Amino acid sequence: MELYITELSKYFITLFIALYTLECFLVFRIQDEEKRSGCYMRQNLLMFLVHFSCFLVICFETGNVEYLLFYILQQILLFATIVLFRMIYPRGNRLIINNMCMLLSIGFVILSRLSFEKAIKQFFIVTVSVIVSMIIPYFIHKLRFLKSLTWIYAAVGIAAIGIVLILGSTTYGSKISYSVAGVTFQPSEFVKIIFVFFLASALYESHGFLRVVLTAVLAGIYVLILVASRDLGSALIFFVVFVMMVFIATGNWLYLFLGGAGGCGAAMLAYRFFTHVQVRVQAWRDPFSCIDDAGYQITQSLFAISSGGWFGLGLFRGTPDSIPFVEADFVFSAVTEELGIAFSMCMILICISCFIAFMNISVRLKDKFYQLIAFGLGVTYIFQVFLTVGGGTKFIPMTGVTLPLISYGGSSVLTTLVMFFIIEGLYIIRQEEGAKRVKKKKRKQRAERTEYEGTRLEAEEEQQK
Amino acid sequence: MKEPDSKRKKNSKNKRQILTVTYLFVALFLAMMGYTCHYAITNRQELINNSYNGRQEILTAQNTRGTIYAAGGQVLAETQTDEDGGETRVYPYANLFAHAVGYASNGKYGIEAAGNYYLINSNAKLADKVANDMEGVKYPGDNVFTTLDVDLQEVASQSLGIYKGAVIVTEPSTGRILAMVSKPDFDPNQIDEMWDDLIRDKESTVLLNRVTQGLYPPGSTFKIVTALEYIRENPDTYNQYRYQCSGRFTHGEDSINCYHKTVHGSEDFAKSFAKSCNSSFANIGIGLDRARFGSTLRQLLFNEELPVTFAYNQSRLTIDGDTPDSEIIQVAIGQGVAQITPLHLNMITCAIANNGMLMKPYLVDCVKNYEGNIIRQFNPDTYKRLMSEEEAAALNGLMQEVVKSGTGTKLSGLPYTAAGKTGSAEYNSVKTDSHAWFTGFAPAEDPEICVTIIIEGAGSGGDYAVPIAKRIFNAYFDV
Repeated sequence: MELYITELSKYFITLFIALYTLECFLVFRIQDEEKRSGCYMRQNLLMFLVHFSCFLVICFETGNVEYLLFYILQQILLFATIVLFRMIYPRGNRLIINNMCMLLSIGFVILSRLSFEKAIKQFFIVTVSVIVSMIIPYFIHKLRFLKSLTWIYAAVGIAAIGIVLILGSTTYGSKISYSVAGVTFQPSEFVKIIFVFFLASALYESHGFLRVVLTAVLAGIYVLILVASRDLGSALIFFVVFVMMVFIATGNWLYLFLGGAGGCGAAMLAYRFFTHVQVRVQAWRDPFSCIDDAGYQITQSLFAISSGGWFGLGLFRGTPDSIPFVEADFVFSAVTEELGIAFSMCMILICISCFIAFMNISVRLKDKFYQLIAFGLGVTYIFQVFLTVGGGTKFIPMTGVTLPLISYGGSSVLTTLVMFFIIEGLYIIRQEEGAKRVKKKKRKQRAERTEYEGTRLEAEEEQQK
Repeated sequence: MKEPDSKRKKNSKNKRQILTVTYLFVALFLAMMGYTCHYAITNRQELINNSYNGRQEILTAQNTRGTIYAAGGQVLAETQTDEDGGETRVYPYANLFAHAVGYASNGKYGIEAAGNYYLINSNAKLADKVANDMEGVKYPGDNVFTTLDVDLQEVASQSLGIYKGAVIVTEPSTGRILAMVSKPDFDPNQIDEMWDDLIRDKESTVLLNRVTQGLYPPGSTFKIVTALEYIRENPDTYNQYRYQCSGRFTHGEDSINCYHKTVHGSEDFAKSFAKSCNSSFANIGIGLDRARFGSTLRQLLFNEELPVTFAYNQSRLTIDGDTPDSEIIQVAIGQGVAQITPLHLNMITCAIANNGMLMKPYLVDCVKNYEGNIIRQFNPDTYKRLMSEEEAAALNGLMQEVVKSGTGTKLSGLPYTAAGKTGSAEYNSVKTDSHAWFTGFAPAEDPEICVTIIIEGAGSGGDYAVPIAKRIFNAYFDV
């Protein structure tokens, strides 16, 4: 009986997520948010089906009722998020919220499969994070002084990661976290947002050469602190976001090429002088030659990715636990093994759909500060997805960053949720910009019409005379 | 209110740049997704066979290892389960297929290794799997059907007798391997008991498959390659070649003797080849363009990877413009530094038999689930052209002459026409010690099978290897 459910559900789960993904992109063809309603409803239904089928399999495989209760709690959370958001922010973008909930639900499924305790913990963190983040769009909208805090952003960000470098605890060779009252924080996650705000406020008005140099120096300090903490993944994200944002702020291609060349140069220097960089590059080029040590993680990840085939081995039918840190850095491989390559490709496409939605918002924002924020957060998000998926599949060297919204890790999920809701806030701002313009246009038309009618009336009066 | 023109222009430029970045990332992701799918699907088998991959154990715990069959349907290896669920891998033919089929414990070997992925997977019907679950029985693994022919394998093995050596029999037009014997062999049923002794004895080569991994001096069989190069360099005039053999060829301080110092007298190209005259071939070798010879060797897959899916050694021989005369006269007759595996020599012979085109050699014909539904069919696959049709035809003619009037006359006077080349490869300074080689095919007009034989330390190819070829051909053609 379980076998029927596991085997058949594999195909249904893949079908549901494929249809969901299709809606993700079809929605872009419809310009008017109101007319997209049908797409969104179908997405919500498909999301429910994917989530439900996965937990059905989990319950059958484990025979544990606790999973059923846990599933109901998750369903309530996701449902409440979607409904509440719609009630509080009727002008909000529902695609982003849907995708966010879809990715969160995939995260819950795979974490429940990997470790029940960790999944519970993650669920608690997500619940709190969603409640906290829900108010963000309102504040983004009201707090106009956010633009003027340039140097405060710089100082706070550098201080936060600087403290970790000095006081933080070392986990597996990287100093990236510190604990306060039993809760472990990973500040480099939150600082990503501060960093984007810093760059946006520094560059939105003036982007002369000197301003760019000054910004570059401060951004350089961020990156160097992260390199010193051996958090290479975050350092790389900060660097790429910096280059991209300077490019968009100045509109100058030269900065993009300079940044690219500088990045390559820095990577070469890092390779020459840091043994841990060499080890990672070696493990990327030929992981099987050092399968016992440096290549162990990546080869186990490759085993996982290749073993599932298009439709996966089925939940609880593989051995994703053989990959060290699977629930944080290699969650993509676990998803691929048990839910299949087709599923994980859809998952990546959903991430791309979020990114395209972010960029759409950025393109349409008139206010340059907000435009830069939307752009910067979008690049931060998608580049992180690229690093973690690419690292786990041997497409690029491994850097050890999390898959946003899916990986286990409180700091990561809170940061990503905040990012998503900031962008929702920007979307609402942009809707109002648009609405204002429409109103203005209408008022003008009305004025013209009254003028015309006025003259006509005058003329008629004259005629009557 | 209109926006100033400059601002609007800037805004649209800005838009374009954001879109450019978007497309850039989307392209990057598409590349990554393509790469990931390709990597995962194409490497699936290889990765699951890796000993660090724990998923193999899941499958073995879930499925009973499948059966390996010969082409005629005989069982070559099967897993028997006793009442307590204990499993034993049984090899009904014991030593006979030791190297071809291999073993499945203590690391895997032979077809047990090459077909492992199929043997440990099960494509049983879902309903049957459910039924097995109910009974608490493992699912039946998929079965591997090989190209091996039990009769030919038996003839080859018996003919080698107690000698060390190797025999491979293939179908030149398809690449199917019909027999693969390597001696000394072992009984795979006893592998667990013997394992420690075999591993402790560093000198022992019992576990070495001499067909695919044994590197031997090719001896006079290499004259096929030398002849090919001479024909290539003198396509119109090679038949006008003349040489006067005195039993010895001298070049400066170096000299080459004919086998047993036989004096062959006046001879042309075909006779030089048929009689396997060392002096004449040393004479030919010295006149060859060495850079061109080097590229012909590469084309014939010396020092190159072979298109096979099982373990093998690469043949070794490099010739270039700097190769000295003293070496080239040795190489031309297959002595000196040249090293070749019987598999590789067989592939070159197959290409000659198949009009110059090499088919990929293969051992697994198809994989079926326990009900007999085909899961995967392996079809004959062309690898590449090793020589032109004219060159292949010329070599075929030369090899027929060997049987008709040369060193292979023990194969003449039969209902089929055989063609081939013998070799007696000297492997140490004591002149009487030589490996007996034969490589050839039949019928010469339309070759159906191709055999390559080496018998270690037996003596001349014509006396020891050719009779084995005859027995195999006879068995195949039912003579």
